[in-house]
Amino acid sequence: MSRRTVAELSRSLARGEFSSTELTRDYLSRIKQFNGVYNAYITVTEELALAQATAADQRRARGEHGPLTGIPIAHKDIFCVQDVRTTCASKMLSNFISPYNATVVERLNAAGTVTLGKTNMDEFAMGSSNETSFFGPVRNPWDPERVPGGSSGGSAAAVAADLCAIATGTDTGGSIRQPAAFCGITGFKPSYGRISRWGMIAFASSLDQAGPISKSAEDAALMMNAIAGPDSKDSTCVEVAAPDYMATLNDSLQGLRIGVPRQHLAEGLGAEVESALQAALKVFESLGATIKEVDLPNSHLSVSAYYVIAPAEASANLSRFDGVRYGYRCAEPVNLEDMYKRSRSEGFGSEVKRRIMIGTYALSAGFYDAYYIKAQQIRRLIKQDFDNAFKDVDVIIGPTTPHTAFKLGEKNSDPVTMYLEDIYTIAVNLAGLPGMSIPAGLHTHLNKRLPIGIQLVGKDFDEARLLNVAHQYQQNTDWHLQRPEV
Amino acid sequence: MVWETVIGLEVHVQLDTKSKLFSGSSTTFGAEPNTQAGIYDLAMPGTLPVFNEAVLRMAVKFGLAIDAEIGRRSVFDRKNYFYPDLPKGYQVTQLAFPTVGKGSLQITLEDGSEKVIGITRAHIEEDAGKSLHEDFQGLTGIDLNRAGTALLEIVSEPELRNAKEAVAYLKKLHAIILYLGISDGNMAQGSMRCDANVSVRQLGAKEFGTRTEIKNINSFRFVERAINHEVQRQIEIIEDGGRIIQETRLYDADKDETRSMRSKEVANDYRYFPEPDLLPVVIDEAYIESVRAELPELPNAKRARFVSQYGLSDYDAGVLASSREMANFYEEVVKICGDAKLSANWVTVDLQGLLNKSDLDISQSPVSAARLGALIGRIKDQTISSKIAKTVFEAMLGNEQSVDEIIESQGLKQVTDSGAIEKLVDEVIAANPEQVAQYRAGKEKVFAFFIGQAMKVSKGKANPDQLNALLLQKLKG
Amino acid sequence: MALEKSDVEKIAHLARLHIDATEAQEVANRISSILDLINQMQSVETRNVAPLAHPFDAVQRLRPDVVTEKNEREYLQKIAPSVQNGLYLVPKVIE
Repeated sequence: MSRRTVAELSRSLARGEFSSTELTRDYLSRIKQFNGVYNAYITVTEELALAQATAADQRRARGEHGPLTGIPIAHKDIFCVQDVRTTCASKMLSNFISPYNATVVERLNAAGTVTLGKTNMDEFAMGSSNETSFFGPVRNPWDPERVPGGSSGGSAAAVAADLCAIATGTDTGGSIRQPAAFCGITGFKPSYGRISRWGMIAFASSLDQAGPISKSAEDAALMMNAIAGPDSKDSTCVEVAAPDYMATLNDSLQGLRIGVPRQHLAEGLGAEVESALQAALKVFESLGATIKEVDLPNSHLSVSAYYVIAPAEASANLSRFDGVRYGYRCAEPVNLEDMYKRSRSEGFGSEVKRRIMIGTYALSAGFYDAYYIKAQQIRRLIKQDFDNAFKDVDVIIGPTTPHTAFKLGEKNSDPVTMYLEDIYTIAVNLAGLPGMSIPAGLHTHLNKRLPIGIQLVGKDFDEARLLNVAHQYQQNTDWHLQRPEV
Repeated sequence: MVWETVIGLEVHVQLDTKSKLFSGSSTTFGAEPNTQAGIYDLAMPGTLPVFNEAVLRMAVKFGLAIDAEIGRRSVFDRKNYFYPDLPKGYQVTQLAFPTVGKGSLQITLEDGSEKVIGITRAHIEEDAGKSLHEDFQGLTGIDLNRAGTALLEIVSEPELRNAKEAVAYLKKLHAIILYLGISDGNMAQGSMRCDANVSVRQLGAKEFGTRTEIKNINSFRFVERAINHEVQRQIEIIEDGGRIIQETRLYDADKDETRSMRSKEVANDYRYFPEPDLLPVVIDEAYIESVRAELPELPNAKRARFVSQYGLSDYDAGVLASSREMANFYEEVVKICGDAKLSANWVTVDLQGLLNKSDLDISQSPVSAARLGALIGRIKDQTISSKIAKTVFEAMLGNEQSVDEIIESQGLKQVTDSGAIEKLVDEVIAANPEQVAQYRAGKEKVFAFFIGQAMKVSKGKANPDQLNALLLQKLKG
Repeated sequence: MALEKSDVEKIAHLARLHIDATEAQEVANRISSILDLINQMQSVETRNVAPLAHPFDAVQRLRPDVVTEKNEREYLQKIAPSVQNGLYLVPKVIE
């Protein structure tokens, strides 16, 4: 039963084929069996899961259930879960028991989901391979020699290996979409401001956004219905109510105008990814869509601008980790400065420190205009590029990543190589747009099948359209149903 | 060499809100340590700020009171530095786009002349927590109850020219803040704190001298002392051929000196940037007008009205309007007794003298406006004389009796019976033949002696007008 | 764009990070290569472009002035490294 989508599980639970408790026990035993291989979970919350499953079963018996009641879920370890260890995959927070719930967690709890545990990730979401975790790397279920992508690598691997029905993730520069592409599943990043960031440990506040990592677009819509919408605790969360994302899933794609960015088909794109993309576009054409090329002339600058804005915001966001009120404090500090410096240097890993340093530098006196202001100007140009493109098209479709999952350690030696992995996803965060990655092919390489993802980008707050387009694609293809041999 | 002092003040005013600037934690003063520090105030990971409406309203109110430009679009920034009482490692403040822009404040100097002091800006920011250094075996204890409380930092232009002007400016600011009801202005509790930027230059010089910033000045008295001390220190250094170092100095009230804060001298780079967790605050005309409608009558307007409505001198009106409570007290007294000038005298001289002597505030006055009004009423209707009134006033301090009860029980009622007064006059004339002879010989100054004697015998109760007339008549007799 | 060891030391101090003298050069090299990537931005003319701090032109919402938090000191200090009498303890702050 663990292989089924949330929509299928929900129907089975409704028909009484099995209880949430039985389903939860099944997932827990799979986690016990396979987590040693994939390292997808940092913390497994067995007791909490069984208690929530019992409660969900009782709720169902009373007839007070919704589509997510009793569905086993995993939360990226960036979301605060009250009285549960919330580490952000950092030594800094390895002993941090959160005193409160993130809004996303609160809403999913209210919907009746069952929390199986907290998934592994790049430390403070800074990475594209899940290799920066203090708790060790996550392995890709399609090929354990390869990375699952990052930063939401644990969530993606857990969904792909059926160690949960669905998972939460966060996406600052591609952290939901890239691991979804690498693991052959569906990853959805809503518009900035669609989902509350309260309780989601901040990396880059103006870019971070939570979203579902799931086995289908329909499952993503189910989770979106539970978590999207205004929250008085987050000033940057928009005040307009979210629509019912299930309601439009089956709308026809007849007349849909799809744009393909010329710049994304240029040099650097792997042949296997390009052919999968072309095949997917054919499918959309067969469903009544028209395809045209669009221009995103400044997209090549998105990585540069991102590596100013994200580290700058992060450098301040991570100042609170000082060893005073919670988290790691070094042993026997000789004075205040020693406490700060050693707690932070021992508590943070090297990628996190590197980004703090870059951000600190970019904001420091004399460099602010050349770096920070310049990056924000580029950010506007990138946003304008999308605005112009969307004058002629309804969605933009391109590759999620230049190629399939790479090997552990392959891109560790040079941070810049690693940063360029996110070349197609980053611009979407800078512009605040909704984006998603869906599986669109498998590339066989040395007897291993590796998933290929394509990226769909929508207009501001046009999530429903993206989910509709993805769902229609998945109704007519079966790439999303492919599973690795675990 | 003649030196000119240049002073600019940065005044931090703690806004009197129920909850903090960006969180729903209470702001009550004096609570047990860290009992008012919620998860946002503690900078728990994942927590976010939401802006308190009352803070915006108070800031705009202040802006309108000093005729300032109101920022239609204000932006919060992060100011980054590490300090244990700053939980997030940055302070949320407003750098480039403050809520209150350029304004001005009119102050009254000692010679009675007026001077307008420019206010550069007033911005909203978070307060820090407190570090406690005692009793922890060489460690420091951190209390974050105050962390995140809303402050309005009011920055003046460097247009103050001596310590007394600085004090006058501060007092005027204090009055306006209390008038507006946006802070309790309690300097001892830190609700109003002042940093002074001080420099000296040769009189007539165009360039400013190098300035120092004096922190931690927590009373009006200390402002004057700290500035005077610092000015003297700077002049001495320059006259000895030295140079002033731009630095932050701490005023030590116990030793009456300023000393360098060496620990803060390490060049700070605050790396300001727009706070991404908050959006720009946009204010429209309707909002500003709704705040304007709530503005109370301000000191200058009140003073002008006191002159025109009550016929007071500009000076008296100014004294009475200097605080909202004093002005309200005064107007209540007038309402009860109906005599504006007499009320002004009593409030500014007798009552104020009493308050000064016992170091009390008008709100702590041992005599209520109602009782003082009643007392003045009895002067006005001639039940007692002004002189006797002072006796009654003294008596009012010691008991809760009404003015009439005091007059009655102590037999202080003025004698107006002409028969009784005539008898009194006769007695005095009979008892002092020598002085009668002198008077009648043309030494008219002796008249005062008779008045004094008659008052003494009547214990001050004789109606002075009647006594005067009768005595004159009898002596001429 | 090459960063010097001394730049790294200055930035590390601002960020309260301890960088070993032995690693400083390597950190400088890595950051320098990232700065090269970042500096590609300088190829575009942006003189008349307004900086974009937030993806959307939304404005700040206001919260009513109401106390919503209660005293949870004991609970919140359970996760603190060092407390005494309700205070967070740190090495002596010198002023």
